[in-house]
Amino acid sequence: MPTGDDEGFTRDGAPAPIVAGLLRIVDRRGDPPGRGAVNRERFIRRFKDEIKRAADEEFGKRSITDVGRGGRISIPGRGLAEPRLTHDEDSGSRDFVLPGNREYLPGDSIARPRRGADSGGQGDDPGSGEGSDSFAFVLSREEFLSLFFDDLELPNLERTRFGEMSMERMRRGGYSREGLPTNLLPGMTVRMGIARRIALRGAIAESIEELERQCETAQGEERETLLREIERLHERRRSLPFLEDVDRRYRSRVPTAAPATRAVMLCLMDVSGSMDERKKDLAKRFFALLYLFLERKYGHVEVVFVRHTETAEEVDEERFFHDPQTGGTLVYPALELALRIIRTRFGGPDWNVYVAQASDGDCTTEDGHKSAAFIGQELLPLVRYFAYVDIPSSSGWFNRASDLWQSYDAIEGPAFARRAVHDRSDIWPVFRELFARKQAA
Amino acid sequence: MTTPNDTDSGKQRPWPKLLTKPTVPMPRAGVVRRAEPIATGTEWTVGTLERFDRALAAHAARLGLDTYPIQYELITANQMLDLCSTVGMPIHYAHWSFGKQLLSQEHGYRKGMSGLAYEIVINTNPAIAYLMETNTLALQVLVMAHAGYGHNAFFKTNYLFRQFTQADAILDYLQFARSFVQECEQQYGWREVEAVLDCCHALAPYGVDRYRRPARLSVKRERARLNERLRFAERHYNPNFAHLHMDETAEPEAQTPPPFDPQENLLYFIEKHAPKLHAWQRELVRIVRKVAQYFYPQRLTKVANEGAATFWHYTLLNELYDAGEVDDGFMLEWLGNHGDVVAQPAFDSRGYHGLNPYTLGFSIFRDIRRICEEPTDEDRQWFPSLAGSSWPEAIQFAMTNFKDDSLIEQYLSPKVMRDLRLFMMHDGEEDREHYHVVAIHNEGGYTKVRQTLAGQYRSESYMPTILVARANDDAERALLLQHRVESGRMLDTHSAETILGYVKQLWKFDVVLEEVDAEGRRLKIHRT
Repeated sequence: MPTGDDEGFTRDGAPAPIVAGLLRIVDRRGDPPGRGAVNRERFIRRFKDEIKRAADEEFGKRSITDVGRGGRISIPGRGLAEPRLTHDEDSGSRDFVLPGNREYLPGDSIARPRRGADSGGQGDDPGSGEGSDSFAFVLSREEFLSLFFDDLELPNLERTRFGEMSMERMRRGGYSREGLPTNLLPGMTVRMGIARRIALRGAIAESIEELERQCETAQGEERETLLREIERLHERRRSLPFLEDVDRRYRSRVPTAAPATRAVMLCLMDVSGSMDERKKDLAKRFFALLYLFLERKYGHVEVVFVRHTETAEEVDEERFFHDPQTGGTLVYPALELALRIIRTRFGGPDWNVYVAQASDGDCTTEDGHKSAAFIGQELLPLVRYFAYVDIPSSSGWFNRASDLWQSYDAIEGPAFARRAVHDRSDIWPVFRELFARKQAA
Repeated sequence: MTTPNDTDSGKQRPWPKLLTKPTVPMPRAGVVRRAEPIATGTEWTVGTLERFDRALAAHAARLGLDTYPIQYELITANQMLDLCSTVGMPIHYAHWSFGKQLLSQEHGYRKGMSGLAYEIVINTNPAIAYLMETNTLALQVLVMAHAGYGHNAFFKTNYLFRQFTQADAILDYLQFARSFVQECEQQYGWREVEAVLDCCHALAPYGVDRYRRPARLSVKRERARLNERLRFAERHYNPNFAHLHMDETAEPEAQTPPPFDPQENLLYFIEKHAPKLHAWQRELVRIVRKVAQYFYPQRLTKVANEGAATFWHYTLLNELYDAGEVDDGFMLEWLGNHGDVVAQPAFDSRGYHGLNPYTLGFSIFRDIRRICEEPTDEDRQWFPSLAGSSWPEAIQFAMTNFKDDSLIEQYLSPKVMRDLRLFMMHDGEEDREHYHVVAIHNEGGYTKVRQTLAGQYRSESYMPTILVARANDDAERALLLQHRVESGRMLDTHSAETILGYVKQLWKFDVVLEEVDAEGRRLKIHRT
């Protein structure tokens, strides 16, 4: 309520009287993220099909380093609108007021803006920026990937060892002095308290005995101090706290590796001279996608990168994707190397072995036949799945099958699959086909 | 409620705006100033904010501002995005439309196309105002004055808010709503729940009592009522009859339909009378209806509310300056933001999105003060009782007793009309190619412009009204809705049919919408 001009308000810097204004300032910055995520997920769930389609398209446009990043998605605005009842602007009459008149006088007329264009105002909010026929927003990396890999899986994966896919489990591991209140062990804590009291009491009793011994010989003032000291120790012994902070014991949990499926993916990529930039890009895209997929869905899958010209070598991820190299083509050494790797490092029944191979299919007839036979006889029995991605030349006279493709005609078996990729936009569909979740047969 | 930080409107501002405008505060003569400002620079701490709040509270109390106690919450930009998506409420039931809101705002924000709302305050007791951590000191104090004192005082004093909303119950109610929606999703599946909510959201504008004071929200009572309803349904469930169709014509009163009072609250009507809704579906309808009712006064007081808040932040921050509690840099900074908020692009410029409620409201309230303090002859003629009176009381009165249309009708002064260069146009059937200028900001036009502008803020003018005219009076169980056509303004056919589709999803029988003229003659009929 109004007070005098100078009351309730200081002008000399002294603390102002507390007025019933502020209750408190609460810092909520650390609060866990809340409803935003829920509603976001609702939105994505509702428009999943549209978003998926848009994301698929978007994927083709990405540069290789951006594959798998989150990003801008734009979906058709139909169906998103939240309708409301409106007047027909072309019926009846209405008066309205606008701001910013410059030259008009009563009696003037102004051309009526066309409908659909930014109409004369009247509280119509013109959709934000993008126009009403599309709705743009940004998906996070997680959302992006989960849309992609939602219904994909590694085929024929077997739990070669008992256990679950999750590799790390928290297990009970002794006691700790610190922990959450919920993990407090009351029994253990009290027991520690008892032990502490017994120990301390004993120690105090010893000192008392010692002092009493001195007391027998001491005289006068010295004796007085000793007696006071003894009294103090008795007091201390009586008032030992029942529980102290040091007594607290908590259940401790430690992460332990749980036995689980072990799987390895061998990526074989042809980097020979015939693989031009376009083809390399396609192959790398395929593997980038594969790598992302494995990383996301099967966090503990080992990935081995092998690249080959006329010779094959195992490289790390960095060099596999980014190091330029060129040379002639021989497929066979790569397969041989793959087999060697499998035998030495991933042998035994514990391992699910997968192989993905990408090549332009340019090879000599002899190499092709040898490779096909090698796959059929040596590799296939060891692996769960062998996927071959063929990237034929676009400059060819017609889309004839590549040499390697033809050679691979000889391979049979449910564990072998192959697809041809001609264009960036093919990669995603091909990938989907290769790793689509099989309906339970 | 939110202040869009209009960055685009700021760009066209002629430079140097602050130097040419006479609104730059000059130290007032006769006021003893503090030796040192409370704080300088852009950095702030909780302690600084508390000190500023004390200073603001002192000034506010001196000027007679009546507020709820205020709680400030410091939040991050992401949390602000979250809040904006659920109409500023910290709790809300989950729905995809909030997600859509969130995604589009986030997109705009990341792209730098639009700034974030930098203040949100909710009408609760105690009032909660959000301070974003990225704001500078000046901006924080601006938000505190705007939301914590301006809006807060408006919520507490304005008759509509006093009458229609219970500031202390809404958060509890939303908590209840959220858990209820969640339970329904688990029990009946999210698709079912979403379908009902979609319909209700589309009809929410027609889910408010416009004249009657709603019952107090009470979570306890809601729960009890709900349980009773569900228990009743369970107790009276008889599998033998569950699939049996009752013979409607056998009921004696079916012959002569009981007299039917037209109802304006469509959602209420559906909740109570829709023939085939399940109890939980009725409950969802009720929730959307209650939430819409809570926000109803805010729809009616956009100009008055924002105007008052803007006026108060402007006034309080100037008081701080006059008392030497802030320095020049502080003033220059927030005045820049203030200028963006109250920018009003002309109707023919690209940035025009309708009348800016902040500008209009701020101009009106500031002019009330001017008329009180320095009335001209014109003001004495237009506002005889206002001229020369005490401005804090006059402002208080204007905040308490008006909503947008009545505020404009009562207080829009010739000076404000001239400043904003308001002019009135007519769009009629006789000429669809042109708008005709009827009146402008001159002696002959003030009254007309003022009345028309006030009319523009009546909800009938921007939101067609519909009534439930007849229902359930025969075996068909059709629902008849009615739109009373005024000045020949018909409904947009497409939107009418879409909305009818939603009504039908809830009503489950035929729904018809007729448009009638003042005499009750049927002009047009919409069916689903």
